[in-house]
Formats: sequence, C-alpha cells, structure tokens
Amino acid sequence: MASAPRTVARRSLVALGVLALALGALLAGSVLWSDGQTTPKLGLDLEGGTQIILEPKTTGGQSVSAEQIEQARDIIVQRVDAGGVSGAEVTTQGDRNIVVSIPEIPSQAVRNAIKQSSQMQFRPVLAVTSGVPEPTETPSSSSSPTASGSASSSPTATASPAPSSSSTNNSALNEALTEDSPSPSTTASSSPSPSSSGDSDTPSDPTDLAWVTDKVQQAYQDLDCSDQKALDDLVDDPDKPLVTCSSDGSAKYILGPVAVSGDKISDATAGYQTNQQGTVTSTVEIALTFNSEGADEYADISRTMVGLEEPRNELATVLDSRVIVAPRFDSAIPNGRASITGGFTLESAKALADQLKFGALPLSFEEQSSVDISPTLGSEQLRYGFLAGLVGLLLVVVYSLGQYRMLGFVTISSILVAGLLTYLTITVLGWAQNYRLDMAGVTGLIVAIGFTADSFIVYFERVRDELREGRSLASAVETGWNRAKRTVLIADGVNLLAALVLYLLASSSVRGFAFTLGLTTVIDVLVVFWFTHPLLTLLTRVPFFRDGHRLSGLDPSRLGAKSMRYAGRGRFTPTPALRETEGSRA
Amino acid sequence: MSASFAQLGNDLYTGRRSVAVVAHRRRFYLGSLALFLVAVLGLATQGLNLGLEFRGGSEFRVATSSAPQDYEQTAREAVGAAEDQRGVNVTLVGTDTVRVQTERLSDTDSQSVRSALADAFEVPEEDVSATFIGPSWGASVSAQALRALVIFLVAVVLMLSIYFRNWKMAAAALFALAHDLAITVGIYALVGFEVSPATMIGFLTVLGYSLYDTVVVFDKVRENTNQAFANGRLTYAQAANLAVNQTMVRSINTTVIGLLPISAVLVVGSVFLGPGVLLDLSLVLFVGILVGAYSSIFIATPFLVTLRRKDAAVVELEKKALRHQAKVAKDAEHAAPVSGDAPVPAGALPSTPATREEGSTLTGRAVHEYARSGPRNQPKRTPRSKR
Repeated sequence: MASAPRTVARRSLVALGVLALALGALLAGSVLWSDGQTTPKLGLDLEGGTQIILEPKTTGGQSVSAEQIEQARDIIVQRVDAGGVSGAEVTTQGDRNIVVSIPEIPSQAVRNAIKQSSQMQFRPVLAVTSGVPEPTETPSSSSSPTASGSASSSPTATASPAPSSSSTNNSALNEALTEDSPSPSTTASSSPSPSSSGDSDTPSDPTDLAWVTDKVQQAYQDLDCSDQKALDDLVDDPDKPLVTCSSDGSAKYILGPVAVSGDKISDATAGYQTNQQGTVTSTVEIALTFNSEGADEYADISRTMVGLEEPRNELATVLDSRVIVAPRFDSAIPNGRASITGGFTLESAKALADQLKFGALPLSFEEQSSVDISPTLGSEQLRYGFLAGLVGLLLVVVYSLGQYRMLGFVTISSILVAGLLTYLTITVLGWAQNYRLDMAGVTGLIVAIGFTADSFIVYFERVRDELREGRSLASAVETGWNRAKRTVLIADGVNLLAALVLYLLASSSVRGFAFTLGLTTVIDVLVVFWFTHPLLTLLTRVPFFRDGHRLSGLDPSRLGAKSMRYAGRGRFTPTPALRETEGSRA
Repeated sequence: MSASFAQLGNDLYTGRRSVAVVAHRRRFYLGSLALFLVAVLGLATQGLNLGLEFRGGSEFRVATSSAPQDYEQTAREAVGAAEDQRGVNVTLVGTDTVRVQTERLSDTDSQSVRSALADAFEVPEEDVSATFIGPSWGASVSAQALRALVIFLVAVVLMLSIYFRNWKMAAAALFALAHDLAITVGIYALVGFEVSPATMIGFLTVLGYSLYDTVVVFDKVRENTNQAFANGRLTYAQAANLAVNQTMVRSINTTVIGLLPISAVLVVGSVFLGPGVLLDLSLVLFVGILVGAYSSIFIATPFLVTLRRKDAAVVELEKKALRHQAKVAKDAEHAAPVSGDAPVPAGALPSTPATREEGSTLTGRAVHEYARSGPRNQPKRTPRSKR
C-alpha cells in the first residue's frame, strides 16, 4: 500500500521518458531520412523575407466568402509560382486575408504581379503554336495547319451549346461534334502574316487577322513560354491583341481583343454530360452559363467564329493574362449556355470550372500590409530574444532557489524538462506541419516560463500548507497534490481556452503567440503530472527531504509546523515552549 | 529574508497575521475607482498613442553597424532626396538601428527610399527593411481581437460557472478582469506607450493571466467557504479573507516569477532592440500582470463577498458563525484568568488573531492547561536520524 504512490510515480517518469525519447527519435528520423532539421523552422520575421497580406475584394467593394478566399488563394499561388519565387507560402488567414510569405525580398515586378486584380477574358485565338520560340524561318502565309508535332494540350476542347438549349434543329450536328472531339493534334498552326489576310488596316472585329501587326508577330516569335519570367512585363489591354502563353507554358498564342469579359459568366459547373435523351454519358463537360448581356455577346462571337478555320474558331479563356483553355466552336451558341468537352477527367474539369467561376468574380487585391525583414535584423531579433529568455530563466532559477532551497531544483529541472519537450515538439512540428517559429512565438515561450513555474509554486505551497498542518512529508505530498492538481488543471484550462480562442480567431501575428502559449500549457500539465509530482513523491524517501533538512525547503520547523499544534479543522495551537524558542530565534 | 518570508507565509496561513482585505474592501474599491477615473481621464484627454499599424504608413529600419551622430539629418536627406518630406519621423532604435516612418508611400517610392537610405548609411540594401501598412489593417486586427475577446469571455464565464458551480464567482472574476483591462489601457494612454497589434495580443494575454490568478485564489476561497458552510465557525467573509491570506504568498511568488522573464525581455528589448513585437508584448504584460496580481488579491475576492452577502445561505452562515464565535468568546471569558487578556471581540476573530493569546485555539476557544501540550503526554522519541 505504502509503495503504491511510488510505483505510480516511477511509471509516470518512465512514461514521460518514453514520450521524450519518441519525440527525439521522430526528430532524428526526420533529419536522417527526410528533410527535417535539428532546429525549429523560423518565421519570416526571424529569418528575413517579405510578408504581404492581401485582402481580396470584389469590384463592388464587398468582402468575399470563405470559398472565394480559397479560390483567390489558388490564383495567388499560381501567380507566385509563375513569378519564379522559390519557397514561398501562401496561406489564408481567418476568413478574409491571404498571407504571402516569401523568404527573400522580391522584385517590384513580382510584387505587382502578385497583387494585380484577377480578371478573366474571352479572346479569340488568332494563332497558336508550341510554347518555345519558332525556328527562324518566316511562317508561310497560308493558314492551313502545318504539321508540326508539337502537342499543345490546351486547345483540344470544344465548346458547344449545352444540351438543355432550345435549339434542337442542329442537335444531331451538335452531338456528332461534341461526342468525341476529334482533337486536332495539329492545332499548332503557322501564324498568318498580316499582309496576306488583312484586307484593311483597321481591324473590324476581334477575330480579324488584321490585329496581327508586324510588332505583334515579332513579339509572338520571340516569346519563350518555358522561361518563367517571359511574361513578367506583359501589358494586358482588353482592346488590343495579346501575345501570351497557356497557363502550363506548353503553347503560345496570339489572341484578339476581348470578345466577352469574364464577369459576364454567371456559373460554371463540372459534371458528366447529359445527352438529348436525358441519360448521363461518360463524357465530362464543363457547363458554362452567361448572364443575358454575356449571352448576346457570346452568341455573336460564336456565330462569327464557328465558320472560321482552325485555329481561328477557338475562343481562349484567359485568366491573369494566361490561357487556361481554348475550346473550338462546333456551332453557334445562341442562349449563353455553353458546354465545354474534350479530354477532361472529372477532376481536371472541376479545377477548370472553379477557375472559370473566377470570371464571375473579378477580384482585386488590397494590400493590407507588407513587411520586409532583412535577414540581419531578423537574426538580431532572434539573438536578443534568446538572450532575454536565458536571463529570464536564470532569474527564475535564482528566485526559486532562494524561495524553495533544494526544492527549487525540482522547479528548475521541471522547467528544463518542459523546455526540452517544447523544443522537440516545435522542431518536429516544423518538419511535419511546416510550423514556423516567429517572434511572437518566441515571446510566448518566454512568457510561458512564468506560467509553467506557477504550477510548481501552487503545488509546493500546497505541500507546505499540509506540512504546516502537521503531516509527514509523504502524506503532505499526497494530500497537497490532490488539492493542487485541481487548481493547476482549472488554471491551465483557462489558459488553454485563451490560447485556443486566440489561435482560432485572431490574425497571423497573434497566432504564433497563441500557439506557443497553448503548447506550453499542455506541456506544463504533462510535466506537472508526469514529472514534478512523481519526482517529489520519490524524493520524500530521500532522508534529506524526509527529515526536513534546513535547506530542503520543506523544513517543518521553518514552516512553523512544530511550533503549531494542529487542533482540528483549520485550528492551530501554539505550544508555549516552542513559541519561546521561536521567539529567541527570531 | 526568505526565512522571514516563509515566516510570513506561515502566519498568513494560520491566520496569526492577516491582512483584512475583505473587511477593508471599500478602501480598495475606492483606490481602484480612483485609478479607474485617472485611466478614463487619461484616455479622454490624451487618447491612445496608436502605432503605425493602426494609422497606416510606411516604415524603414536601417541596421547600421553604429549609427552616426547625425543620423536624423542623414535619414531626412536620404528620404527627402527620394521623396518630398511627407511627415517623416526619424528615431534611433536601440544603439544602431535607425527607424524612419513616413506617410504611406507607393511601391516605387518605397523602393527608391529604401535604396536612398541604404546609400546614405552605407549599408547593403538587404539591411534596410521596409514595412508598409494599409490604413485598414489595424482596424481589422482590432476587430478580430475584439471578437476573440468577446467569445473568450463568454467561454470563460461558462467554464468557471460550471467549475465553481456558482455564477457569482465567474461574475467576480470577470469584474476583476474588466478592472485590469481598464487600468492597463489607462496606463497606456497616460504614459503614451505606443499601441501596436502586439500590444493587443498582450492585452488578451493579460486577461488570461488575470483570470488564471483569480482562479487560483477562488479555488482556495471555495475550499474554505465550503468548510465554513459545513462547520459554521467562520462567516463567508472571514473564510474568504482567510483564503486570500493563505494564497497571498503564492500570489506574490507567482507574480515575481512571472515578471522576472518578462522584465528580462523588457530590458533586453528596450536596450538592444527597440520598438517591436518583443518590447510591445513584454511591456503590456509587465503592466498587466502587476495590475492582475493586485486585482486578484484586493478586488476579486472582496467583490465576490459583496456579491454574495445577500445570499440566503451566506446570511444564514453569518448568523451561525457569529453565534458560534460569541459562544467561544464567552467560553474564553470564563477561562480568561489563564490568558489574562481582554475578551476577544466577537466577529473579529480569525481576522485579528494577533490579539489571540497562547492557550487558545485559532478561533479563540480556551484550551485547558493539561491539553496544551498535546492530546496526551506521550514519551518523546527523537527521529532516527537525529539520534
């Protein structure tokens, strides 16, 4: 019976040891076999870099929904990737902001590209070819496809009226054409020279080849879509032709001016196509719906383009100046309900439909804040942060030794164990969850020294209270613990609640703080239950503490226990003889 | 020193010495009210010194190896060369970082100011950090913080009401919380410390800390008052007062240990780093923890007593306890020749035990001479280790 608390204590210590070892092993494993590192990953404010916080807004100025934020995030990710920035992270923050963290200080061009407003346009294709610059030979003036083997992936889709359309007269044709789009692998065509096709110098409509001037032609020839920076200084004017690449860089285009702007899309969904009989086929389609104005424009352009030869019957969908898809018209689409089919999987169709939906929502990005931290400043902050932490720890050590004598060492070793666990957890999280320690997090850790130490103080004071009531050390530790653990739990519970609420609701600069605060609170509970209490239980067997050595911090006479006789619940009787000795000592 | 501190702890625990916190609660209320009025006055007349994050603007920090004497002139010229002098504010941060705050600059302007500063201070451009804050950023951060605060408070009231099974304890804890917040904000306004988003984090943490401290004290209050309800020897106010005194040593130790690392951060931050997350946070925590420790001792528990004094159970307990104490005092009077002291006034018992003489218990009951040395005289045996 008497040995039960000690057995439990030993087990707890072993459990904690196992936990620490497991974390250590995980860390070692991540370093050896993965890309883990032995130090925590640092946030931008410590490592140096740029953090830009953007708030997406619709052109109407109202805020956007959580789903739209996710879409906006995807847009930004694409832009950052296209900007050739390595190691950038784009995260959403709360339900309104997008945080772009770049571990270097980016050029102005990249910055502008990141925060320009997103716009979708439909532009007729005037010419298309593979993404790398053409050989020097001048393109032939004929508009017949040259069989260059370049596999341009995007323009294989076709656009046709959605089956639900009322135009039943051409349904047979419709079906024939959309059933299996005979994807012309030779969509890469030569670009027509302006002199051959342009019958007038002022182009009349967006599909007119007269848009392709010499200058445009030159730009088109020089464009190398495999070069990520190629489009950095692209000027996108809706009234002028555009020379650009497909979003994956596999093809390059000359596009006419904007025929229909993207904000006239009312919806885009992906799914299996339903045929005229109403049965679902295995063809994946993207159903595109325009509003009334868009429907008219789309009808006009489709009527014009359907009669043109490949690739000029393709209408490119342009997002952020890059072509995401360029389906070919098989027929005119009079009612603003188009169906895009051809070679999609359900997944790719969904992704594309999501992108098309951006069109319905032209987002502008308002810069909320932009912070550049030079690496020098960041490392300086970290150094002084550590210095402050060390000094703080030292002060705590000195104070606890003064207050609790040898018992202070229990406090110190507990804080050290908590520190070790925190370090391991943060480092492992850096590897597994890409958690980055920032300045607010470091501050949270330093503040946590105080919170953690307090649990021990509450505990020790309780044990002392029990000693004052005249209990033996072993029983004082057990009773004191039973009372103290409730206090520790509820106090830590309040702390954890604060950390959770802060983490879930506040902005990113606060999050780092809330995270470390919550983490250290959990670790504090763990250490008190699995380390401090078991350790103290075992120490009650050590004569130095058991007999209340003067320096043990648990000296009953110093605590007034011997000078007081416990006389029932909460009542004490001073013993006359002892009071005299006490008086002489004082 | 620590011996006498431990002695103080003993005395506070047994009630031999006691601070009449609850009895003198009006004094503390008045003190806090005065502080509160000063805080409101400060807030009204001076307002908060909002940082760049709330006003919007651009900030540059130049990390020089050692700032030249005429750093301000240098910086102004550099900025002026790139820009018109638009509300430029140059300060030296720590010993070797020059901080330049300007109105909101466009990206290109910002870029040119940055290189101009780098040239002027002869440092590489990487050592100049540029910060741009949109005007709505601070507002959105504060709105988020405020929402977090409200949700936190509701959650805390629920949690404490469930834990203490008494909503008045939760209410008293919240009152202490509001008290801390008001006074901390007031001190900020009065002294003119800069308020940054980090300060907002700090305010929220202070609330957590204050609550934490109050919860520890209330846990003891609950224990003591439950005991009082069971045996009817102490009134609610006396039991609560005893609890405050018994946890006082802990409160002091906790506050000191909590403040030690924070003051280290504060000193390191202000000497070497200058305004930043670290300094802002530690400053607000320092002020807040001090105020929080004060309120958890001198405001929360007295306010709880004030709140509960009309409760039927508490009134009942008071009658019972006073009756009991009067009886004890009477007994003591009968046995008075032993102590030779004036009869102990009823109702002032454990709170003024300094008047208690030897030969009486904590509650003043006289103890027969034979019983003073223990329940029974047993042969004494020294412990094995001392033999």
